[in-house]
Amino acid sequence: MKINDVILQTATKLVLFVIILFSIHLFFAGHYYPGGGFIGGLMTAAAIVLLLLAFDLKTVAKILPFDFKKVTAIGLLFAVGTGAGALLFDAPFLTHAFTDAYLPLLGKTSLHTAVLFDIGVYLVVIGVTLTIIQTIGESE
Amino acid sequence: MNVNAIADLFIAFFIIIGAFLSLVTAFGVIRLPDVYTRNHAASKSATLGVMSILIGTFLYFYLIEGHFNSRIILGIAFILVTSPVAGHLISRAAYNSGVELWEKSVQDDLKLSKQTAKKES
Repeated sequence: MKINDVILQTATKLVLFVIILFSIHLFFAGHYYPGGGFIGGLMTAAAIVLLLLAFDLKTVAKILPFDFKKVTAIGLLFAVGTGAGALLFDAPFLTHAFTDAYLPLLGKTSLHTAVLFDIGVYLVVIGVTLTIIQTIGESE
Repeated sequence: MNVNAIADLFIAFFIIIGAFLSLVTAFGVIRLPDVYTRNHAASKSATLGVMSILIGTFLYFYLIEGHFNSRIILGIAFILVTSPVAGHLISRAAYNSGVELWEKSVQDDLKLSKQTAKKES
């Protein structure tokens, strides 16, 4: 029987952007509200898993041509880099800095180096989740 | 009646309607005879019930606490899009794996269209 996935694929195309936007919102809300790198990363990974359910592994690999093991490595580099960056300023490892900046367009924005650490967490979570799911999905 | 009392009425209306529809869903899932009718009860009235409860929550935070929570609106739109699709996929998976219709049902159009498609090919 020929499989017809039009409804699932159309709904996926529509819903995917909502999920990714919400995951980015969760990621940036992490400092003042519930959220942060971990659930932001998990939710982005879940959006990609939805894409994997609606389409197949090869199509998704074409849309997102990342090696997710390297994404994990880059995330770890971010985390170690923010920790080691503190050493350059004669502060203990993992000391974070914080300022209020007045950016054009955005207005008063708090810039904190913990966000860089959180980007590391975010990338590691995406990388590990998708590596697990892709390796399980590929094995026959 | 001041504004807050009217707001209270609206919020109570939406939340009670939502809870009632969720109860109707639960009764439907228990009492209906086969997978397809149960799925029909679950995916329709549960969607509307949860959406009503979310609208009530949104109105509470907006009118009483003065906090516009866009995540709730996003949740309402998200449930409206995804829950019927989930119902459709569950029904179709059940049909394709050969779950029988209720014995008193009289018509199976999908079976007919599959037979004609087989004849034509």
